[in-house]
Amino acid sequence: MANAERVFAALQDPTRRAVFERLRDGPMPVGQIARGLPVTRPAVSQHLKVLKEAGLVDDRSEGTRRIYQIDPKGLGAMRAWLDQFWTAALDAFAAEVERNEQKEDR
Amino acid sequence: MSTQIHAGGAAQIRPAPVRKSIYVDATPERAFDTFANGIGRWWPKTHKTGQSDLDRPVIEPRSGGRWYELGVDGSECDIGKVEVWDPPARLVLIWQLTSEFKYDPHLETEVEILFKEEGSGTRVDLEHRHLERLGKTAETLRQAIDSPGGWGGLLELFAQETSKSN
Repeated sequence: MANAERVFAALQDPTRRAVFERLRDGPMPVGQIARGLPVTRPAVSQHLKVLKEAGLVDDRSEGTRRIYQIDPKGLGAMRAWLDQFWTAALDAFAAEVERNEQKEDR
Repeated sequence: MSTQIHAGGAAQIRPAPVRKSIYVDATPERAFDTFANGIGRWWPKTHKTGQSDLDRPVIEPRSGGRWYELGVDGSECDIGKVEVWDPPARLVLIWQLTSEFKYDPHLETEVEILFKEEGSGTRVDLEHRHLERLGKTAETLRQAIDSPGGWGGLLELFAQETSKSN
C-alpha cells in the first residue's frame, strides 16, 4: 500500500526539508539559503535539484544569480498526489492479476 | 471547468514524471488484458469524476478510443483517451483530469504503461508525464490543502489519503 513517506521522499530528508523551509521566507539565491544551514553550498544545490524535480521548488535567473522559490503553482502537491494515486492503483492492479492467476491454477 | 491549459503550461517548472514499476506473476498478455480490459476490477472506486457512484472505468480497445467512466446510473464521464493500443507490450493513455478530478478537454497529460516479460512474469512500468501542464489546475489543489507556504498541510492530507485507502 502507498505510504505518505514514500510520496514525500523529497521532504523526508531533514536537511532537504530545512532547505525547503528556508524558502518560506521568500525567494532567495543559493548562498542565502545555505547561510545558517550546516551544509555546503554544493550540497544545498543538490537538495534544490531534488526539490525542483519533485515540483516543489522553482528557479529563475536574475543577472548572474539563480533565485529559488517555493513553486507557487502547487505542482509538487499535484505530483505527490499522482504518485500516491498510481502506487495504490498499481498495487490494486497487481492484486487483481494474481487473484486471476490463482483461480486458473486451481 | 473552463480553465485552459496550454501545452507548455504557464509554469516554468518541469517536475520529473511520476514513474512506478510493479512485477506481476502472469504473462504480458494477461497483465495487459487485466490492466486495460479489466480496469473495472481494480481501479479504486473512490476515484471518480461523475456525480453518480462509479460502476467501472472503460478503456476502448483501440488507438483513438475513449477512456471514460461508467456510473451505476448508466451515465458516462470522460477521463481521457487512448493514444496507443498495442497489446501486449504498450498502452498510452491521455489523462485529462485536473487536480479536482474533473475532466478538462484542454488538458492533456500522458500515461504510458509498458509490459515486459521478465522471468516467468511481467514487469509493468508506468510513467505519467508532462505534469507541468497541470500547473494552473494544481494551484487550486495547493490552495485547498496547503497551510501558508507550508508542507505540514500536505503531509497531513496524504496521511489521511493513505489511511483511507488502507
